Parts: sequence; C-alpha cells; structure tokens
Amino acid sequence: MLRRKRWLFAILAILPTLALFAWLRMFPIYETLRLSLHKWDILSRNKPFIGLANFQELMGDRLFHEALLNTTIIAFGVLLITIPTAMVLAALIHYRTRSRVSGFYETAVFLPHVVSLVPAAMAWKWIFDARLGPLNAVLTFLGFEPQAWLFDPTLSVISVIVLCSWQALGYAVLIYLVGFKSLPASLFEAAKLDGASGPQSFWFLSIPMLKPITLYVSVVTLVSGFNVYAQAFVLASDAQGAPGRQVRVLVLDMLENSFRNYRVGYAASEAVVLLVIVLVLTLIQFSLLRERGRA
Amino acid sequence: MSDREANRAATRRRMRRVLVDRGIDVVLMVFSLLMLLPLVFLVSNGFKTPQEMLAWPPTIIPANPTTDNFAAVLQDTPLLRWIFNSVVFAVLSTLAILATSSIAGYILAKFRYRSLNVIFALVLATAIVPFEVYMIPLYFQAQSLGILNSIWGLLLGYLVMSFGIFLIRQNVIHSIPDELLEAARIDGAGELWIFFRIVLPLLRGALGALGVLAFFQAWTAFAWPMIVATNREAYTIEVGLALFQTGFTVDLGRLSAASAIVLIPSITLFVILRRNFVQGVASTGLKE
Repeated sequence: MLRRKRWLFAILAILPTLALFAWLRMFPIYETLRLSLHKWDILSRNKPFIGLANFQELMGDRLFHEALLNTTIIAFGVLLITIPTAMVLAALIHYRTRSRVSGFYETAVFLPHVVSLVPAAMAWKWIFDARLGPLNAVLTFLGFEPQAWLFDPTLSVISVIVLCSWQALGYAVLIYLVGFKSLPASLFEAAKLDGASGPQSFWFLSIPMLKPITLYVSVVTLVSGFNVYAQAFVLASDAQGAPGRQVRVLVLDMLENSFRNYRVGYAASEAVVLLVIVLVLTLIQFSLLRERGRA
Repeated sequence: MSDREANRAATRRRMRRVLVDRGIDVVLMVFSLLMLLPLVFLVSNGFKTPQEMLAWPPTIIPANPTTDNFAAVLQDTPLLRWIFNSVVFAVLSTLAILATSSIAGYILAKFRYRSLNVIFALVLATAIVPFEVYMIPLYFQAQSLGILNSIWGLLLGYLVMSFGIFLIRQNVIHSIPDELLEAARIDGAGELWIFFRIVLPLLRGALGALGVLAFFQAWTAFAWPMIVATNREAYTIEVGLALFQTGFTVDLGRLSAASAIVLIPSITLFVILRRNFVQGVASTGLKE
C-alpha cells in the first residue's frame, strides 16, 4: 500500500516535467527528422513525402557546402586555439592559486564567456574595423599593410575564429582548473624529488592525466563551434550589409532556407546533418573514454 | 664554510622560485588584461565623441567624456524595453528550470523504478541534441499557440534544461542520505513535505549554481529569440542590438554605448554571483 502510494507520488511529481520534455524537446526533435524527409513550403497544407531528396539536393548545394566548410573550419580553428591555450593558462593559474590575484585571473579569463554575445562581438567589430580599428592601426605602426579583416574571405573566417576562441577560452580554463585540482599532489611531489622541472611535470604528468578532460572540453568546444551563429551574424556582414552573409555558417543557412526561402523540409535536412555531426563527435568521445577505461 | 655555502644555495633556490613566480604573474596579468581589453574599450568608446573615436592611439579614459551616444541610442531604439524583455524572459526561464529540475532530479535520484530509468535515459538523450537542431519545428509549435513575439514564445524554448535535471540528480545522490528521508517517512511526513522541507533546503547550493547558469543561458540566448521575436517591441536585448548594428547609418559610438548599457549590469551581476557561477559551470565538466 505504502509502496504503491510512493510510486504514485513519484509518477505524479515527474509528470509535468516529463510532459514538457516530450512536448518541447522530443516532439520537435522527431519533427525535425520527419520534416527532413518531406517537402514543405510553410504556406501549403500538404507536406508530400519525398524520401531522401532533400539530402540529395544538399550534396549539390553550393551554399550549403560553403556553410559546412566555414563551420567546420571555425569549429576546428577554435579547438586548435582554445585547448592548448586553456591548458597552459589553467596550469599557470593553478600554480599561482595561492596568490591573492588568482581570483582576478580566473574572472578576467572567464568574463568573455558570460557577457552577452552581441555586445562583446561589437567590441571585436570595432577592433577589426578596417578604417577605425586598432588592429589595423597596430599593423600600420609595425610597418605591415592594413587588411580588410571583415571583408576578405579568408580573414573574415579568421576574425570569427578569434572572437569565438576569446569566448570559449574561459569555459575551457575553468574545466581544466577543476581537472588540475583533482590531480594527486603526491605524484607531483614525487616527480619534483626525482628532479623534474615544472614544464617537465606539466608535459609528462599533467597532460596525459588530463586526457579525459581534454576529450570532454574538445567535444564541447567542437559542438558549440558547429552551432556558431551569433558571432558570424554580427561580425560578418557582406558588402551589402546583410548580416552573416560574409561568413555563411550552418545555422544561418538553415534559418535562411526555412524563413527566407520557405523550404522548411530542406532546412530540417540541414538540421539533421548538424545532428549527425554532433552525434558522431559525442560517440567518438565516449568510445575513446571507454578505450581508456579498459587500458 | 659549508654551512654558508648551503645557505647560499638555499637563498639562490628561493630567489629563483620568487623570480619564476613573478614571471608567471606577469604573463598571467598581461593575458588577463588583454582578455578584458575589448570590453574595456567597448565601454570607453561609448563615452567618446566621434572625433575621439578616430584618435590614435585609442584612449582608454575618454579625454572629454560625453553621454551623447547614450542619449541618442535611448532615443533611437526601445533599448530599455529590450532590456526589460530580456530580464523578464531570463527570470521566468530560471524559475521554470529550477522548478522542473529540482523535482525531476530528486525523483530520478531517490525513487528507483524501472519506468523512471527509461525517463532518465530519454532526458539524457535529448541533452546531446543541440537546440539549433529542433528550433524550427519548435517555432511552428509557438506559432500555432499564437505566442510569437511575446515573452511566452521566448519562454517556450527555455522551460526545461536536461543538464539541470542531471545536476540536481547528482547532488541529491551525493548529499542527501536515504536514511534521512526514511526517518522522516517513519515520523509520518508526507512526500511533498519531505521535498519542500528537507530536500529543497539541502539543495540550496546546487540550485544557486543552476539558477545562475539558467539565467545567463537565457540572457545570452540568440538564435531562438531571433526567430521568435520579429516585432521590434518584442526583441530581446541581444536581438535588438544585433539588428540595430546592421543599419548603415549607425556609428560605432552609439553601438558601443548601447553595448555598454547591457554589459555593465551583466558584468556586475556576474562578479557578485561569481562563486555560484563557477560552481555551476565547473559541474558541467563533472560527468561520471
């Protein structure tokens, strides 16, 4: 009797949350998968089933290829900048953890991660600005040619990578700091007694031991890199001033197909591609972790 | 003699250590300041006259500060309205996430039935899927409810958070012993009473961390508000600023001023809530 009552309470208590999850998460995810196999132009009532035609079209879509390529470059670019920098920074901050200013270091590195995206991007828009920006002024001062950072096809991608890395760094440093704190201090003392220098124990002890954390942070960074949108939207307007067109990213392309070209099914198939990328990355993470566990 | 040599060696070692410490401090300090510099310049640009914006090298403290940019921006745009929308949206989203996460996290941690395991697996599975993947169908759900261009429409995407449930569940498992709950039950306490009077107070720290996380998540949301709010009055501050900056006539001084109005309160809030925030974000990495 009592057991039954307790079970009833559990079910009743979790029901509202479960209902919200079903309605606001599971159903739309299912809808994305379903729509990707259909053709729908928003206005018409019927959504004919067209099988994999959307995906076939994606294969030959130049804009989609451009978006996929840009997004991939951005995601991996951010990864390459963020992970090594974050590891070294976290090691240094951890080393100075007892100093009075370590809280300041942490806050300073972390702040770009929490401030609103758009205002922060605005600061970088000024920095990269060809006429007014301090970056070109510094380049000129050092005797280099000023560059059209936000309009050159390559440089604008680099600009987006810099902005995204600036924001992603704080999160990575924070997670690494947690990792450094969990490493056994005795091991490092032993290494020191054996005559290992600081950089040596960083390279031969910390890096291998932090591998699970590196894996986790890498996947989080890559996944958020693949979902990049606001940064490109603000930073990379094209010559006509259309936001985000200069560096086309997946989310932008998807939203344009859905709400500008009224091709919801097609946009959904792009979302499915995004989902597959994220799932593959997550699977790689899990399988690498498991491998480590066995070894 | 040898004593003095040993002493000297020790001093040298200590000197070296101090030098290394100072060196690392210099590196970290320079790096920290570089990280902050874009934000500092942004705020300072907001107070500059158009002439000073062009000056080289850029000044950190404006020579003759002006509030013209702020006045202009407040006149040109419903900036305060956007901030209001963002604040209401973020607060309501935080409350909803705290409520759903705490109850579901507690149930999933302390009531062991097979049906609940299935639910937990489903919640975890949705956590992997990025919001961007399903926001288009979600948009049409909001549309059919007739809540586009409203706080409720914004809220629809941010009522639940898989990670929140996960976080609370971990906390309940680690910090609330079964014996405590059993003792309360033997004393005749009802399940609701136990949840509100025993569980929730013990979760205060975790809920604080989650709350800050949820608030900033909604506060910095971009893609979802961008598609849900298409009417100027309904924009959140992020959307408002992003669209405001695409206009050609807008100058950087005004943009900086608008950005500063948004940044200063959120930075202040962050500095106040830093501990909660760091705890919350750090816990995202603690997957067991």
